[in-house]
Amino acid sequence: MTRKTKSNLQVIGMYLFIGVVFVFISYPLLWTLGLSLNPGTSLYGSTMFPENWSFVHYKWLFFDPSSDYLLWYKNTLIVATITSICSVIVVSLIAYAFSRYNFIGRKNGIYTFLLLQMFPVLMAMVALYLLLNLVNMLDTLTGLILIYIGGAIPMNVFLVKGYFDTLPRELDESAKIDGAGHFRIFFTIMLPLAKPILAVVALFNFMTPFMDFILPSIILRSPENFTLALGLFNFINEQFGNNFTRFAAGAILIAIPIAAVFLYLQRYLISGLTSGATKG
Amino acid sequence: MSKQKHNPMIAVTISIVPGLGQLYNRQFIKGTTFLLLTIAFVVSFYQFLNIGYWGLLTLGEIPGLDDSRVLLAQGIISLIITGFAITFYVLNLINAYKEAVKIKHGRKNDDLRKSFKDGWDKSFPYVLVGPGLFLLIFVVVFPLLYMILLAFTDYNLYNSPPKNLLNWVGFENFISLVTVPIWRSTFFSVFSWTVIWTLVATTLQIALALILAIFVNDPRIKFKKFIRTVLILPWAVPAFVTILIFAALFNNDFGAINNDILGPLFNQAIPWMTDPFWSKVALIGIQVWVGFPFVFAIFTGILQSISKDWYEAADMDGASSWQKFKSITFPQVMFATAPILIMQYAGNFNNFNIIYLFNQGGPAVRGQNAGGTDILISWVYNLTFETQNYNMAAAISIVIGLIIAGFAFYQFRRTRSFKEEGEM
Repeated sequence: MTRKTKSNLQVIGMYLFIGVVFVFISYPLLWTLGLSLNPGTSLYGSTMFPENWSFVHYKWLFFDPSSDYLLWYKNTLIVATITSICSVIVVSLIAYAFSRYNFIGRKNGIYTFLLLQMFPVLMAMVALYLLLNLVNMLDTLTGLILIYIGGAIPMNVFLVKGYFDTLPRELDESAKIDGAGHFRIFFTIMLPLAKPILAVVALFNFMTPFMDFILPSIILRSPENFTLALGLFNFINEQFGNNFTRFAAGAILIAIPIAAVFLYLQRYLISGLTSGATKG
Repeated sequence: MSKQKHNPMIAVTISIVPGLGQLYNRQFIKGTTFLLLTIAFVVSFYQFLNIGYWGLLTLGEIPGLDDSRVLLAQGIISLIITGFAITFYVLNLINAYKEAVKIKHGRKNDDLRKSFKDGWDKSFPYVLVGPGLFLLIFVVVFPLLYMILLAFTDYNLYNSPPKNLLNWVGFENFISLVTVPIWRSTFFSVFSWTVIWTLVATTLQIALALILAIFVNDPRIKFKKFIRTVLILPWAVPAFVTILIFAALFNNDFGAINNDILGPLFNQAIPWMTDPFWSKVALIGIQVWVGFPFVFAIFTGILQSISKDWYEAADMDGASSWQKFKSITFPQVMFATAPILIMQYAGNFNNFNIIYLFNQGGPAVRGQNAGGTDILISWVYNLTFETQNYNMAAAISIVIGLIIAGFAFYQFRRTRSFKEEGEM
C-alpha cells in the first residue's frame, strides 16, 4: 500500500465517522420537526414523514385562546433580559475587585466561589422556597430573577476574573497615574477590553431561563407566570404521549432562535470560554 | 513627648466599644462613625438576634404556634449577621492598634481631604463586591446552610411544621443511612450507579469529542466550518427539549427507536423504559449526544493553538501519527483543558435534568426507595418533593457536597491561576 492510498483511506475513514455522527445528530432533530407537522396531537400514530402535514400546532400555539404560549414567551424574555443585564453588571464588578484589588477575604473568596459553583441549585430548593415565601416573592418573576442572578455569580465571576487577569495590568496602572478614578478605569478601560467574556456571560444568563424548568416549577404556581420551559414541560408532564406533537412544535420554536444565536456567536463563545476557563 | 506615651494597648482595650479606640487615636470622624454604627447595630438587631438564637437552639417551644422552619431560617440569618459583626469587630481592634502604633512612632494625622481619599481607595473593592455578596449570601450560602442544618433534624412527612415542632437529632440521619436496611441498600446501589454513570458517560463524551476534534482539525478534511456547525448543534438546542424528545424516541411501545429502527431491522423491541439495564444504556447514549459538543468546541479551540513547529519537528524525526498524537496532541489538550474536564465530571455527577426527564429515575426497584436509574441528586429530589423525607434528603445532600468539595479541592491544585495570579 503506497503512502497516498493509505492517506486516502484515512480521509475516507474520517469522513465516514463524521458522517455517522451526522446521522445520529440529525435524526432526533428531524424527527421532532416531522412530528410537529403531524395533524394529530398524540405521539401514537404520528410519523416522521406525515402524509398530510400541516402547521396546525404552530397555529394553535399562537392563536388559540386556551394557549398561553405567547404569554410564556413574554415572561421568559422579561426574565432573560433582566437576568442577563443584571448579571453582567454584578459579575463584572465583583470580578474586577477580585482581579485588581487587594482586600480582606479576597483569597478565600476565590476558593469559596470555586466551591460554590459546583453545588447544584437543586440542593437549595427547599430553603429557597421557604425564603421566597418569607419575603412574599413566591410565584413572582422577581423572585425567579433574583435567584438566577445570585446563583450565576460564582461560576461567572470565576470566568470573568480569569479574563481580567489576562489583561495587562500596566493599562490601568498608567491610567491611575494619569489621575483616572476607580470607576473611570473600570468603565473606560476594563469593560471595553473584556467584551468577549462579557458577551459569553450575557448569553449564558440570557439562555438559562429558556432552558431551565426545575427552578420555575418550584417557584411559579400560576400558569400566567410560567416561563416557556415550564409551560412546555407541563404540556407533556401530565400525559406523556397525548400532547407530544404540540410540544414538538413549541420546542422547535424555542430551539430555532437559541440555536441561531448560539451558532452565530460560537467563535466568540469558544474563545471566551477557553481563555477564561483554562487560564482562569 | 506626648506621642511617645501614646499606648497601642490602651487603644485596643477601649476599642472593646468600637469607635473609642479611634477617638483615642484622634480620628474623630472615623471614631464617631464606628460608634454610631455599633449603636445602630445593637439597637436594630438585638431583638432579631435574640429570637434568632433562641429559635436556632430550641426550634420552637409551642407546637402549632412556633414554626420551626421559619425559626431555623431566622437562626441562620442571625448566624450570618453575627459573622459579619465579628469580622467588623476584629477589624476595628486591628485598626485601632495599627493607628496607635503609627502615632506612637510620631506620625501626624492626615488632613481631612487625604484621609477621605484614602478611605475611598481602601473601601472601593468592598463597594464593588458588596451588592453581589449580599445576593450571593441569600441565594446561595443561606440555602446551603439551611440544608446542612436540616440534616440534623427530624423533619419528614410525619413530623412537619407548622403542626409539629422539629427537634435536633444529631447524626441520627447519617447513621440511619448506613444501618437501616432499606436506606443502606438504596444508598449503596444509587451511589455505585452514580459513580459508574459519572465515569462512563463523561469519559465517553470526552473521547468522542477528542476524536472528532482531531478529525475535523486534520488538514485533509474539507468543509471544516460546516462540519463544526453541525457538530455543535446538540449544544445549541436546549437540553430539556432534547431529553424529552429522546424520552419519546425510546418509548417502549410507540417510540421510533423500537418501532421504526429495531423492529423492522432486527425484529425485536428493547424495554428501554422498564428495564434498569437498558435505561442506563439509553441514558449514557443520550448524555454523550447532549454533552460532547461543548467539549468538542473547547478541544477545537485548543488544537488550533498548538504550534505547528512541533508536528514538523516530529515529522522530521519520522514519527508516526500515533506517536504524534500520544506525545504532542494528547498531553497538550489534556493539560490545557483539565479544569474544564473536571467540571464536566462534576456536572454529570449532579446531572439531575437528564435522569429526571428521561423516566423520573425509573423503573421502580423492589426493596429500595429509589428508582433503578436514580443518581444521588435525583434521589434527593424525590425524597424532598415526592416523599417529603427532608431530613434524609438533606443528609444525602451533605454526602454529595463532600464529594463535590473533593472535586473542587482537586481543581484548586490544578488551576494555574491560583499559583500565579491568585497571589497579589
